Amino acid sequence: MLYTPAPMHIPDGFLSMLVSAVCWALTVIILAVALSQANKTFNERQIPLMGVMAAFIFAAQMINFPVAGGTSGHLLGGALAAILLGPWAGMLVMMAVIAVQGLLFQDGGLLAMGANILNMGLLAVTVAYGLYRTVLNRPRGLKLAVAGIAAWLSVMTGALATALQIWLSGNAKLEIILPAMLGIHALIGLGEALITVAALAFIFKTRPDLLEGGETVRGGRGWIVTGLLITLAVVLLAPLASANPDGLEHVAINMGFHTTGQAAPYEFLPDYTIPFLGATPLSTILAGALGVLMVLALAFLIGRLVLKKP
Amino acid sequence: MHDNVFDRYRPGDSILHRLDPPLKVVVTVAFIISNVLLPDAAWLAFGLSWLLILASSQMAGLGIGYTTRRSVVALPFALAAITAIFSVPGNALADWHIGATPLTVTDAGLLRFASIMLRAWLSVQGAILLVATTRFPDLIHALEHLRLPKLLVTIIAFLYRYLFVLTDEVLRMLRARMARSAAMPGQQSGGSLLWRAKVTGNMVGQLFLRSYERSDRIYNAMLARGYTGQIRTLNPHVMKGRDWLFATLAAAAFTLLQIIGRM
Repeated sequence: MLYTPAPMHIPDGFLSMLVSAVCWALTVIILAVALSQANKTFNERQIPLMGVMAAFIFAAQMINFPVAGGTSGHLLGGALAAILLGPWAGMLVMMAVIAVQGLLFQDGGLLAMGANILNMGLLAVTVAYGLYRTVLNRPRGLKLAVAGIAAWLSVMTGALATALQIWLSGNAKLEIILPAMLGIHALIGLGEALITVAALAFIFKTRPDLLEGGETVRGGRGWIVTGLLITLAVVLLAPLASANPDGLEHVAINMGFHTTGQAAPYEFLPDYTIPFLGATPLSTILAGALGVLMVLALAFLIGRLVLKKP
Repeated sequence: MHDNVFDRYRPGDSILHRLDPPLKVVVTVAFIISNVLLPDAAWLAFGLSWLLILASSQMAGLGIGYTTRRSVVALPFALAAITAIFSVPGNALADWHIGATPLTVTDAGLLRFASIMLRAWLSVQGAILLVATTRFPDLIHALEHLRLPKLLVTIIAFLYRYLFVLTDEVLRMLRARMARSAAMPGQQSGGSLLWRAKVTGNMVGQLFLRSYERSDRIYNAMLARGYTGQIRTLNPHVMKGRDWLFATLAAAAFTLLQIIGRM
């Protein structure tokens, strides 16, 4: 009907108890920090604002745009929430959206909700705001371009985290699920980037005061560092892992996850010689970096085009 | 638009409807945890879990097949679990190669896949039952009783309250877009993909502005009515004798399921 589930909400049963619990713990800790920050800086007026903004993200996901062959794309909203509301409020808003999707529509499980909030809410907001934070006082074209990349990366980050969690639960093979999830979401992320940039351009034109009113800096430089670190993780880890999954497998077993798939006792450094310098991983990393550059160029072009037209 | 477009609540006066909402949330989560903890191929325990769902569905006056009919929502995600067929070591049943990656179907892998699907299917039915027998405002209030921070609960409550209002807004915008996108039969209306994305983005931006301005009006209205940061409700939510009885029975049933699953 009106509500189209996004292919990133993990249902219950796909994650092991351990992975679900760890994700819930991370989510609770981050949300607790977000809440204490929110209580410090927010006034009463912002309570209805955040509630209505959560409803806005929810409703905005219903605005679809036809892509091709009967399929249509729509917004996920993590990056938009981060840019419009700032990181802490963005996290709280995305938490509410994902919680209601799980509770009311059964889109995403209850036990898996910790993971879902982490992937689509907290991580997506962090990476998007971290990148956007670098261009706060820069020209609009640059802002829009970076917002586009941030939106694309926020989707990719969520997809990567989802794939890793399912794999850590011992329920998927990394070399299949990682390229599959990242491949699908590279496309979904393009739609996300397009809509986010266009929506921001519209708001820049009509109510610039909301985005640039004194340019209140919400959050320190730590966001940039965290955002860039996650970006690096997505750009470097993803290709590395899909080219050379055994390395990650090894880490997971050492950490005590992934107890299910341990039929072969793992040798240290089996066939490949130096895991992180082999020719294949290096080339895939370069490909990943090149891909990011291309998205950057594309987003920049779109930003220019959108801004030029009256 | 009326709120029943989204709401999955089925009005009724059954035992399940009258249970304490926080307790229902806890029991549902316990049921889902029980499913996740069941070992692969515990068919008997999976079957008994399903019987529990069917019985509860009947008891709630929803009809015995209600949850099962609505449980297809989790199916699209099954694609992600298909790789389990190849990832669990066991006796090889078939062998393929895609590029350099060997794909071996194992018996344990097939069992894992079937078990994941069953767990997801059962868990989603538990959640459906919860939402069908509990009003969503009660559910939100239950979260507060379960010690969720007040600000989070308030945001969720606002989201639910204004979801319908903003959905109406979205529907008006979509109707306006449709009315302006006339097309000859067989021809595509509108411009390129980029153009369409831009229109969609403008709609999202417009929706943001309308929501933003609405939240201002809402705040003023709330102040006018004496808002102090506290949302009140007439439901006390106290555990009664039958709630304790239900909690005990549920705990016993889930423990029994775990024992049966491991035999």
